[in-house]
Amino acid sequence: MLFRPVNNNYHDFVIDRDKDRCINCKVCVRQCSYEAHYWDENRQRVMHDNSKCVGCHRCEALCPTAALTIRKNPSEFRDNALWRPVFLKNIYKQADTGAVLLGAMGSPVDIPCYWDHLLLDASQVTNPSIDPLREPMELKTFLGSKPRSLEFATARDGSRRLKTKMPPQIELRYPIMFSAMSLGSINYNLHLAMARAAEETGICYNTGEGGLHKTLYRYGPNTIVQVASGRFGVHRDYINAGVGIEIKIGQGAKPGIGGHLPGEKITAMVAETRMIPLGSDAISPAPHHDIYSIEDLLQLIYALKETSEYRLPVSVKVAAVHNVAAIVSGIVRAGADIVAIDGVRGGTGAAPCMIRDNVGIPIELAIASVDQRLRDEGIRSQASIVAAGGIRCSADAVKAIALGADAVYIGTAALVAVGCTLCARCYTGKCPWGIATNDPKLAKRQNPDLAARKLANLIRAWGHEMEEMLGGMGLNSIESLRGNRDKLRAVGLSREEMDILGVKHAGN
Amino acid sequence: MKRVYPNKDFCIGCHICELACLTAHSKSQDLIIAYTEERTAEGLSPCKRVFERGAQCVAISCRHCDEPSCVAACISGALRKDPETGRTVYDEQKCVGCWSCLMACPYGAIRRHPLKAKIVKCDLCQGREAGPACVQACPNQALVYEER
Repeated sequence: MLFRPVNNNYHDFVIDRDKDRCINCKVCVRQCSYEAHYWDENRQRVMHDNSKCVGCHRCEALCPTAALTIRKNPSEFRDNALWRPVFLKNIYKQADTGAVLLGAMGSPVDIPCYWDHLLLDASQVTNPSIDPLREPMELKTFLGSKPRSLEFATARDGSRRLKTKMPPQIELRYPIMFSAMSLGSINYNLHLAMARAAEETGICYNTGEGGLHKTLYRYGPNTIVQVASGRFGVHRDYINAGVGIEIKIGQGAKPGIGGHLPGEKITAMVAETRMIPLGSDAISPAPHHDIYSIEDLLQLIYALKETSEYRLPVSVKVAAVHNVAAIVSGIVRAGADIVAIDGVRGGTGAAPCMIRDNVGIPIELAIASVDQRLRDEGIRSQASIVAAGGIRCSADAVKAIALGADAVYIGTAALVAVGCTLCARCYTGKCPWGIATNDPKLAKRQNPDLAARKLANLIRAWGHEMEEMLGGMGLNSIESLRGNRDKLRAVGLSREEMDILGVKHAGN
Repeated sequence: MKRVYPNKDFCIGCHICELACLTAHSKSQDLIIAYTEERTAEGLSPCKRVFERGAQCVAISCRHCDEPSCVAACISGALRKDPETGRTVYDEQKCVGCWSCLMACPYGAIRRHPLKAKIVKCDLCQGREAGPACVQACPNQALVYEER
């Protein structure tokens, strides 16, 4: 194409416009934030530039005459099992720019997904299944350190009361929470929507590392505040604003890597909330510069416990990496009440593709090995485990809990609920769905009323499904499924994989 | 009375309300025919318009005011207030195309018919079962039809 790099035509998508249906109403032109659609003055009709399409499907979704279909570019390179097109395109891109390849959302590469190789049990004849519509079914979950034993005191009138002082707990109506997505990486409308949906469904959302906007403090009973390496927006009121505090060490999409929210995204609201100058880059260092050991982590955990006067459980979030079981054991011993583990398929607003696609381990293996390790060491009850990173449906969540998690975090699924199509261009700040953008014109595409309803619907829908699955297994409480790996069977996994997962093969 | 209220905070400027309005007031009730044929041949135009300035946009249509200036200004009795429904009703037969109402409307919610000496004004999709078409079509619920 004229005046463009020669590899410009190796684009990923083509826009298929049905000429019989297109009325040139320009809805697509107004919706596309990448300017793939445009009004051609010479031709007096809407035209498009395929090379600009990121495959977000916004135009297709809003086209009032259904004239648009976004397709994969059918242009094919010569087949080569080793040099697949993605590698060629990446090299062309880097040869032009000399830059690190940026990506977003979860890794699209084909890392084995163990959820798809695990099957759930159900009751037949020998034990009764339960109909959750007719009988009570408990999904309520408490996150926090549990005492080893309980002591009761008997009063004179014979009534008994709990003598053991319970450590602080987070009460959830469903074992699901909205993952940490910071204000700035996603916009205020979605933070408000998550807060409202969490309140409505009795769960929690996580503020992410960008602080908590002053108008959202009233959702405190459904908020977990995060303290990350950048310490953005962290102050005493913030730490005490929610029902839990989370120290973010790592993130599944980019273990070992910090964060960088570019200055263009630091609007007045984001700057105020993060307590940084307007328009300055918000850089989260790769490590916490005050945490170089488990002992250092212990200091921060207890600093936060002191600040919150031991009213709130402290969570530590780590990416699932090679020695995750040993690391989590250390974290629990350092005093964490909750450990959140983010698997290799976890999402992000921006990460170097090489890191996102090649660093970390699948969450299924991490959960199983951590749960086993903590049990072996007799400290499993000291902390709750939250699984994150690529939980796509309620069955994934149920399997995570059967593997040993107490609850799951959902980030990508929550964004998909409000329109995200995983085009994975969050880092451009031009999200056409109004999610990963602070551009006022784009951000208002998320109406918090609408978004909150969709998020709440998702949680309730998953809740119904979880109840059905539990009922089918003859269980009437999620508590009976926790770490109950006998309810799982593997299909098509090796002996080694099954050993780590602690499950038998189907048929056994 | 129930009115269509725009919410400028969440109007995304897609203009889909205009297309819905156009279709609802067309003979064919088909967007493609209404937009490509009826619009050019018969001057079919939407009763509402999206106004934009920078990041702000809002879809404006007749407010069906309690004390409508357009009715006071109308010289031919084509515009009147329906005492029962509360709507500001337009009778095209009586309209003489003097544009007094256009001058009087503080919202700029009345527009000239592109071909005839008549006006185009929101009738709240009278008779349409699902209510005003613009409200039904708005993808971001930036238009609501409610009593306030």
